[in-house]
Amino acid sequence: MNAPCEQPVSGINRGRLRWHCRRGLLELDLVFTRFLDRHFDRLDEEQLKVLERLLAHEDQDLWDIISGRGACEQAGLQGLVELLRAT
Amino acid sequence: MKVPVRRFDAIIVGAGGAGLRAAIQLSEAGLKTAVLSKVFPTRSHTVAAQGGVAASLGNSEEDHWHWHMYDTVKGSDWLGDQDAIEFMCRKANEVVIELEHYGMPFDRLDSGRIYQRPFGGHMSNFGEKPVRRSCAAADRTGHAMLHAMYQRNVKANTQFFIEWMALDLMRDEEGQVLGVTAMEMETGEVTVFQAKATLFATGGSGRIFYSSTNAFINTGDGLGMAARAGIPLEDMEFWQFHPTGVAGAGVLITEGVRGEGGILRNSDGERFMERYAPNAKDLASRDVVSRAMVTEINEGRGCGPARDYVLLDITHLDPKIIMSRLPGIREISIQFAGTDPIKDPIPVVPTCHYQMGGIPTNYSGQVVVPRGSTMNMPVHGFYAAGECACASVHGANRLGTNSLLDLLVFGKSAGESAVEDMKKFPKAHKDIPPDAIDRSLERLVRLDAQRDGADVHETRLAMQRTMQNHCGVFRFADKLREGVARIHEVAQQVGQAGIRDKSRVFNTARLEALELDNLIEVAVATMVSAEARRESRGAHVRDDAPDTPERPNGRDDKNWLKHTLWFKEGNRLDYKSVKLTPLSVPTIELKKRAY
Repeated sequence: MNAPCEQPVSGINRGRLRWHCRRGLLELDLVFTRFLDRHFDRLDEEQLKVLERLLAHEDQDLWDIISGRGACEQAGLQGLVELLRAT
Repeated sequence: MKVPVRRFDAIIVGAGGAGLRAAIQLSEAGLKTAVLSKVFPTRSHTVAAQGGVAASLGNSEEDHWHWHMYDTVKGSDWLGDQDAIEFMCRKANEVVIELEHYGMPFDRLDSGRIYQRPFGGHMSNFGEKPVRRSCAAADRTGHAMLHAMYQRNVKANTQFFIEWMALDLMRDEEGQVLGVTAMEMETGEVTVFQAKATLFATGGSGRIFYSSTNAFINTGDGLGMAARAGIPLEDMEFWQFHPTGVAGAGVLITEGVRGEGGILRNSDGERFMERYAPNAKDLASRDVVSRAMVTEINEGRGCGPARDYVLLDITHLDPKIIMSRLPGIREISIQFAGTDPIKDPIPVVPTCHYQMGGIPTNYSGQVVVPRGSTMNMPVHGFYAAGECACASVHGANRLGTNSLLDLLVFGKSAGESAVEDMKKFPKAHKDIPPDAIDRSLERLVRLDAQRDGADVHETRLAMQRTMQNHCGVFRFADKLREGVARIHEVAQQVGQAGIRDKSRVFNTARLEALELDNLIEVAVATMVSAEARRESRGAHVRDDAPDTPERPNGRDDKNWLKHTLWFKEGNRLDYKSVKLTPLSVPTIELKKRAY
């Protein structure tokens, strides 16, 4: 069941982030759905900010990063990418 | 309840390729144009298109739009309308060059011209030999297209409403379309978008099937809205399946894997394609491979605990070849099948890929419905383009690279028609009847008030499994009959589905419930239309309509050379004739579709 969406966590709205995990590529939908089910409710504010930055990438770039074909140039995202890959 | 109203000349629903192309046409004509989209435009499903866009530019070898037209008519198994197909193939060069001028980074020849590559089904000289007709931007054609067209729209002052979900079409008593109701995700509030022209470009509905290559956003929102507003859906029995989607996930495994020596095996480890296609074996055409796979599964030779998939085996290939020639395949298999294809075969099933049917339009992108003595009366103020529309150029089966062409040509022509129609008719917006917004509000009120309703996820899953099991790539009369009864039961459940989280801000549970309202209309239309069409044609293949000399490939032109129209009201079917007369050239005469 979804976490209630009304209370933003220091400006980051969990419902909005959850919606931003809806993508144009099925591969990303599947990876993020698994991730949301297993980890989303436990992410702290810092991790949510990292997720927000990761989700700002274009679909093709994001899939390259997650599938290990492309490097993640932004610092600080690698930990979350590892978690996504491992889920 | 007081609902805010926003007025535009034109409202476009959907910001994928078709929506963006249409918006350019309207905004550059100086019209006040709004585009509503559930997601940021460059995250639309067009982003997944890799193959390219077909145009007979003839940059690498001789080519002609008439040859392209022939291929498309043949590919459609003669169900495509030949006027629309001629229109699309003749316009192809123009829209591709326009796109180049918008800044699309096409691959190029040394001469600087657009590089073109061959693609399945595209031939020169009326089916003689393969021709290089596809224009691509590496393997990111759709992505590059969205970017080029989004930038052009920003320049043209198109107004984007991102993270808005359209809810329902508004019509008056005469049937004229007056706009849509829509919900802003950030607030959960409903707004009326009033317009002189409403254009749907909402994409496909592939999520009606359990195994689908489509992204989660492809929920047939335009088709659901149209059906609820009394517009029929055309040729919904025709869905293109890809033979090798990862079982349980749907992610595509490219045909290149079999090209490099991948082998399909059943539970006995047998290379079963040797029995179905002794020469081509695993490289037989998509429909042949898909049907062979389903036959193996249906006859109990599927793999896994439920015996519901077959295996794609590349363990005999040199790992270096897998890594160098099939990049990404290993990662897809590890991520989505949980197997490393270097060590273990990949579980695969035929997977829904593209919707040939949709909202009926003419080649000008105007939505058309039966009225009085005509079967194709334009609905005043209503247009559609792209995968959600049925012009019909793909007929019973689409050729690769014709989908990106479809969205460019018909996005443009639908936009042009809207511009021209607005010049002809009175300038003021018509009043919206007070009850026009009731349908949307009632749906939302019901969803909030529903107690102990069916779970949205479980109901959606029931729909997807029903479609997959009863109306998949290979169809059986008894299964379809059962499927019609079963999908109506699921539709009843959808009408009572409930959500526990009633919050307003970005409530994804509510959005998914609203999407399910749209999906179920498409699912019912598909099942009912498929059950009724007692022939095999293109992607619709029935066990009880086999290949005979009188009916090649099971196609029955005497009785079934016609378009299906499904109406939600009364769950009624009607039929209209296929347009066999092109615009300027002779009819491409019926013959057996063989490659």
